[in-house]
Amino acid sequence: MIARIRTNGLAMSGRKALLAATAGLLLATAAQAETLRFAFQGTLNALDPYTLNETFSLGMFGNVYEGLTKRDKNLQIIPGLAESWEMVDPLTWRFNLRKGVKFSNGNDFTASDVVFSAERVRDASSDLKTRIPADSVWTAIDDHTVEVKLTSPNPILHYEWDTWYMMDKEWAEAEGATKPISAKDTNPGPAAFKTNGTGPFVIESHEPGVKTVFKPNAGWWGTPEHNLTEVVFTPIAADGTRVAALLAGDVDLIDPVPVQDIPRVNADPNTEAMTGPELRVIHLGFNQMDDELATSDVKGKNPFRDPNVRKALYQAIDIEAIKERVMRGLSTPVPLLIANELFSGAKDFQRWPYDPEAAKKLLADAGYPDGFTVGMDCPNDRYVNDEAICQATVSMLARIGVKVNLNAQPKAQYFAKVLAPGGYDTDFFLLGWTPGSFDSWNVLVNLAGCRDTTGKGGPFNLGGYCNKDLDALSAKIVVESDTAKREAMIKEAYTIMTQETSHIPLHQQSLAWGKRKNVEIVQRPDNQVLFYWAKVN
Amino acid sequence: MLAFAIRRLVQAIGVMLVVALISFVMFRFVGDPVNQLVGVDTSPEDRAALREALGLNDPVLLQFGRFILRAAQLDFGISYQFKQPVAALIASRLPATLELSLVSAVLALAVGVPMGVFTGLYPRSWVSRAFLAVSLVGVSLPTFLIGILLIFLVSVNLGWLPSFGRGTVVDIGFGWTTGLLTASGLQSLILPAITLGLFQMTLIMRLVRGEMLEVLRTDYIKFARARGLSRRAINFGHALRNTLVPVITITGLQLGSIIAFAIITETVFQWPGMGLMFLQAVQSVDIPIMAAYLLLIAFLFVTINFIVDLLYVAVDPRIRLGGARG
Repeated sequence: MIARIRTNGLAMSGRKALLAATAGLLLATAAQAETLRFAFQGTLNALDPYTLNETFSLGMFGNVYEGLTKRDKNLQIIPGLAESWEMVDPLTWRFNLRKGVKFSNGNDFTASDVVFSAERVRDASSDLKTRIPADSVWTAIDDHTVEVKLTSPNPILHYEWDTWYMMDKEWAEAEGATKPISAKDTNPGPAAFKTNGTGPFVIESHEPGVKTVFKPNAGWWGTPEHNLTEVVFTPIAADGTRVAALLAGDVDLIDPVPVQDIPRVNADPNTEAMTGPELRVIHLGFNQMDDELATSDVKGKNPFRDPNVRKALYQAIDIEAIKERVMRGLSTPVPLLIANELFSGAKDFQRWPYDPEAAKKLLADAGYPDGFTVGMDCPNDRYVNDEAICQATVSMLARIGVKVNLNAQPKAQYFAKVLAPGGYDTDFFLLGWTPGSFDSWNVLVNLAGCRDTTGKGGPFNLGGYCNKDLDALSAKIVVESDTAKREAMIKEAYTIMTQETSHIPLHQQSLAWGKRKNVEIVQRPDNQVLFYWAKVN
Repeated sequence: MLAFAIRRLVQAIGVMLVVALISFVMFRFVGDPVNQLVGVDTSPEDRAALREALGLNDPVLLQFGRFILRAAQLDFGISYQFKQPVAALIASRLPATLELSLVSAVLALAVGVPMGVFTGLYPRSWVSRAFLAVSLVGVSLPTFLIGILLIFLVSVNLGWLPSFGRGTVVDIGFGWTTGLLTASGLQSLILPAITLGLFQMTLIMRLVRGEMLEVLRTDYIKFARARGLSRRAINFGHALRNTLVPVITITGLQLGSIIAFAIITETVFQWPGMGLMFLQAVQSVDIPIMAAYLLLIAFLFVTINFIVDLLYVAVDPRIRLGGARG
């Protein structure tokens, strides 16, 4: 009897143990490793967040580091490491920092780290110098308050801070990383391959050009909206291989998917393509600076100085045909040089209508009844279908008598020719632009500001378009704190540009990511891949 | 033999210097590295300062002299895009390329030589004709097409093998990482090795076949048959031995080609070797890597040719005797 009871007792505890073990196993499988395998066409190189002002790397670092502000899923500015901020007066800003935040190595995040980061980002070897005004003065009022003093008002001071990341002063000093890595470093040091951020992930291992592994940061201050235990990033340069890897199930997310492969990715039952407008606007520009165009048969004058000639070329371009045939429906024609999402007043502007007959008449009235020849420069591996867009433009302009000689090159050679180091050597060109601050002033200055031959004043105004009234407006816009007044001035500036056809805006290109159906991720128009909103089901 | 070796060595150094000069001069015209190094918003002043700091404004001869001096000490500078010493980068990527190339070469030999012998011995059998027809695929299809076809057939549709990458690699010391010791590594090696080796396999097969057909018609083979030697002794002991000399030469040269031009296969399969790194360097105008890679390939070809010449002398007694007399 006793033996039986004891056996029963053992059996009871045995059964309990079995139950516990099963429950444990169930829990374990419920909390199994969720790995996101992501492939991009480019590589991640040095891990210093101030070395390269490039969307992709900054986006990757945005998983590991954080800035004082962040942008949410709709690109609106939200508090980041700064919980709140205020403009005490137009020249003084005060930021109240989040408390209890730690870097991944355990150090506390305090105001001294912010002041250090502000100095480091303005160092000569940093590529993100323009994130804060060069002459701003940063002081730590106490451990969690920072004051910034400016020499002139700047209402959009913090607009680009979602990609300006806070670094740990003590860690940087210990690692010898107080200066950002730059190309001329003969000994970049270990800090090029180590990170220490406050963000939701840490980089566990990094082989540049091969593989980078991210793991969740256990000590992160926020609440994870993801369910990932690991993210593995591998670059896959060849388009076909990247798509094949997605279809074969070797990766879960790829960026970009070439437009011609989107139907294939959608047709597969396990994968789908995510498309949406990107913030980048593709446009054509004219050389308006030189007295004579080097590549044209028109001698003694520059046809592009006449706004009617520019308007004629604009009206010869059938943007809907480009959208349907060249971009396969994946583009958004725009009237301005900025994305519709970034300027609310864009809806009040229209493109000049497509009208080849009117274009020919304009040309004849301007003194070119038989048209003219001109050379065109175009990159062939920088933007989506860039060369194809240029070729379509060439055939459309031929119809109104303008014969274009196209020179399409890889971006390394293209930019060497058309930017300042090449002497802005172009008469007619294609260019894409995203304003880093997501604000119009960046566009008005960089693309349309009067410049000299070295580029000062309008570094990406390749054609040298210049309107003094526009420049005066831009100078007022940058210091205007009243939002309504500012928007009105921006609208006025764009009106000046569109009325005299300073450029030919074409379209916003589209983003195309490919993912397996069990992956959920947020795609923002700025094309940053942020894992902290991703789920693998 | 010694005089021969020394002559070859001097020629080798000459070739290396010429390659260095050509590659150096060529890179003046490939684009602006500064543009690849900085972001879009970087001001013209900062770009000019970077040019100056990188020494890109110095006279060409001075830059070349600096380059040669450092190259002799195996210091190829710092990569513009990776910010790491180029020598270390190449060393870390070399095992991947060498492993892939050697496996391809072994595959090409292991399949090519027997197939060549078979088609040489039985030229009229239908199996031989089938081999020859299929082998046309190897020479006529471009490498990237073969690679993509294999990926789509085997990885995407059948799901048997991975579509890219090297799998899990094991570090076996001296900085050498190998994929041969893990299952995923071996699986990842199969498709790229076939893609890379297919052309060589076909070449070797046809070469061996051609040589076999020729040798089998010679008098000394007839006499060997007349003497009553076994078929195996004739075919392998005598015929094959004599076909090996041109095969060795071609294989040696092709091995250099395989290593140097694994670029396409590495790009298609995202194989983390030197070829892929070179292609990325060309796209980003990463001059230090491009120059170092070309020098390395020149060195490789020169060394392989040297070894092939020595082997040639060793295998063919006529050359050795002829040289001694002369």
